[in-house]
Amino acid sequence: MTSPATPLISVTGLARHFAVRRDLLGRPIAVVRAVDGVDFTVRKGETLGIVGESGCGKSTTARLMLKLIEPDAGEIVFDGAEVGGRDLPLKEFRRQAQIVFQDSYASLNPRLTIEASIAFGPQVHGLPARQAVERARALLARVGLEPARFAGRYPHELSGGQRQRVNIARALAFEPRLLVLDEAVSALDKSIEAQVLNLLVDLKEEFGLTYVFISHDLNVVRFMSDRVMVMYLGKVAEIGPADAVFATPRHPYAGALLRSMPSMDPDNRTEEAPISGDPPSPINPPPGCRFHTRCSLAEPVCAQRAPVLGGGDHGVACLMHEAGSGHSRAVGAAA
Amino acid sequence: MSAVELQGLNVTFTGGTKPVRAVRGVDLGVDRGETVALLGESGSGKSVTLRALLRLNPERKSRIEGSIRVAGQDVMALRGRALEDFRGKVASMIFQEPSLALDPVYTLGAQIAETVVKHEGGSRAAGWARALELFRRVRIPEPERRLNAYPHEMSGGMRQRAMIALALACRPQVLLADEPTTALDATVQIQVLLLLRELQREFGLATIFVTHDIGVAVEVADRIAVMYAGRIVETGPVREIIRNPRHPYTIGLLRARMGHEQRRGARLEAIPGAPPDLSALPPGCAFAPRCRFAEPVCSVQDPAEEAVAPQHLVRCLRSAATLAPAG
Repeated sequence: MTSPATPLISVTGLARHFAVRRDLLGRPIAVVRAVDGVDFTVRKGETLGIVGESGCGKSTTARLMLKLIEPDAGEIVFDGAEVGGRDLPLKEFRRQAQIVFQDSYASLNPRLTIEASIAFGPQVHGLPARQAVERARALLARVGLEPARFAGRYPHELSGGQRQRVNIARALAFEPRLLVLDEAVSALDKSIEAQVLNLLVDLKEEFGLTYVFISHDLNVVRFMSDRVMVMYLGKVAEIGPADAVFATPRHPYAGALLRSMPSMDPDNRTEEAPISGDPPSPINPPPGCRFHTRCSLAEPVCAQRAPVLGGGDHGVACLMHEAGSGHSRAVGAAA
Repeated sequence: MSAVELQGLNVTFTGGTKPVRAVRGVDLGVDRGETVALLGESGSGKSVTLRALLRLNPERKSRIEGSIRVAGQDVMALRGRALEDFRGKVASMIFQEPSLALDPVYTLGAQIAETVVKHEGGSRAAGWARALELFRRVRIPEPERRLNAYPHEMSGGMRQRAMIALALACRPQVLLADEPTTALDATVQIQVLLLLRELQREFGLATIFVTHDIGVAVEVADRIAVMYAGRIVETGPVREIIRNPRHPYTIGLLRARMGHEQRRGARLEAIPGAPPDLSALPPGCAFAPRCRFAEPVCSVQDPAEEAVAPQHLVRCLRSAATLAPAG
C-alpha cells in the first residue's frame, strides 16, 4: 500500500504554444499560448479536478501530460521515472496512463464491434487474442453492459451513455494506473451522468486508480475531486484541496467562477454577474497577471508583474498573496 | 388571456420507418411578462414543442395536431406572408448556436437593419439606428464599431448578445429561447441569463426558456414545466418544483444533481435505465420502467393531470406516495 501523498505523476514547467498564423516565410506571427508554464502533481490514489473556461488550457494540459501532444517545454515524471526515458518508454507509459474523451462516438472505431475495440489495446501490448477478448467481456460486464447482449454491437447501436461505458472499459483494458477523464460525462444527460459518475467512483476504488478529472461543470468536479486546480488562460490560478478551494477560494478568478454557478435557490437568485466580459483570447494574452483585465481588484502592478504560484498546499498565483508584490492588498514584505 | 396557449399539441415525425411521437399532448399557457422554463433531457420533446410555436419543424416530415395560439393568432392557420410576418414580429427565437440565426456573410448591423425594414418598413438608416439602440441595450461594448463586424469576429458571449438583439429587433411579444446559454462558459452564461431576465421584464415578454439545466431554470423562470418522453409530467411555480417536487422523475433529477450538500465519494441517487424509444412507447406512464414508486397499474393506465397544490400539476398515479420525498 503506497502512501496517498506520494506523487504518481508530476509535471514541471509544462508549456505548449501553437502558431495560428504564419508569414510568407513560415515564421509564426500569432501564437496561442495554450499552456504556458504549468506545474502540478497528482498523488497516488487521488482525484485531481481541473476546472476552467474554454481556452484556459485544461484539455491541452491533459494531452501534454499524456504526451498525446509533444510539449515545447516541461518535464513529466511518472512514478519516479521520466516519461519517454530509459526506465519508462512511451509505449509503456501510455499503457499505464489512459484517457476518456467527451465525444464517445469519435473515440471508437465505427467498424469494430465494441468487444473488438476493447480487446484491441491489450493485444497491441502483447496479450494473446483469446485472453484479450475474455478481458473485454469481463470489463463490459463490469461497466454494466451485459456481454451476451452488447459484445457484438457496433458503436452506432449504442446510446451516448452506453458508448461512454465502452470507452471506460476500453481504457481499463490496459490495466492503467492513471485515468484522465476529459469532459467524459459532459455530453450525457443528467440522469445518465449520475450513473456514470457512480460507476467511476466504484471503479477507482476497485482498481486502485488515480484520476485526473477535467470538467467545466463545477458541481461535478466538486463531487469527484480530492484536490482541484483552477486554470485561466494557460496558467494555474489556484490549486488546493477541493473543500478549501470551494469554501474559501483565494484567487479572484476562482471566486468569481464559483459565484457564477446558478444559485438553485428561487429566493436567492443571482442579481449581479461576478465578472463582466468574455475571457480574452489566448492569442497574445494580457501581460502581467492574465486575469487583470477582468479582475475587480486589479491594480496597475497587475498589468506589469506576473504572479508566481505559491502558498503551499492551497496554492494561488495572485499578487495579493505575494509578499511585497506592490499590490496594496498584498501582505507586507516579509520582515 | 395568455400570450401563448398550447392545447393538446402532438408532434409526430413521420420521415423514418416508424413514426416517432416526439410530443404527446402538451398543454401550456404562458402569460405576458411571464417566463416558463421547459426542462427536460435530450429527446424529451422540449425543443420540438418550442419549434412548433414558430412552425419550424419540417412540414413534410412531421404531423402536428392540436391548437397553438400566440398573441391571439391561430398559428396553425398561418400561411405564406402571414407566417413570415408572425415569425420575428410576434414571436422570435434565440438558439444555443448563434450561427443558426446569424448570416456569416453580412455584418451584424446589416442583418438587424434588414429585419427591421422588412417587418416594419421605413428607411435603412432608421433600421441601423434601431440596431445601434439594441446593441447598446444588450451591452455590447463599442456598439458603433461592432455593428460593422461579421459574426465570426465576435466572441461567443458577444455573438449571443447580438443574436438576442436580432431577436428583439421587431419588438416581439413572445421570446422563445432554446438553450441559449448552454454553450457558454460559466462566467459568461450568468451574464447572459441576467441580461435575458432584465430584457424580459423591460419588454414584458412572454418567454419560454428550454433548458436541461435546473440551475438555469431557477435563475430565469417563474414557472417550470418538466418534460419527459414528449409530455409535461409536472408543472408549477419554481419554488414549488424545487422544494416540493411530486413527480418521481423531477425528484430523481433534483437528487441526481450534485448540490453543495453532496458528500464526495458518496453515491449519487441516479435514475436507473434510459428514456424510452419514442417510436415504441410502452403503455401506461412512460417513466414507469425507471420509476422506484411504480406499481403494476402504472404500466397499464395513462396518468391524468392532477392538481396537488395551487398551480402545481402532476401526471402521476402514485402522487400520494411522493408526498414525502424522503420515502
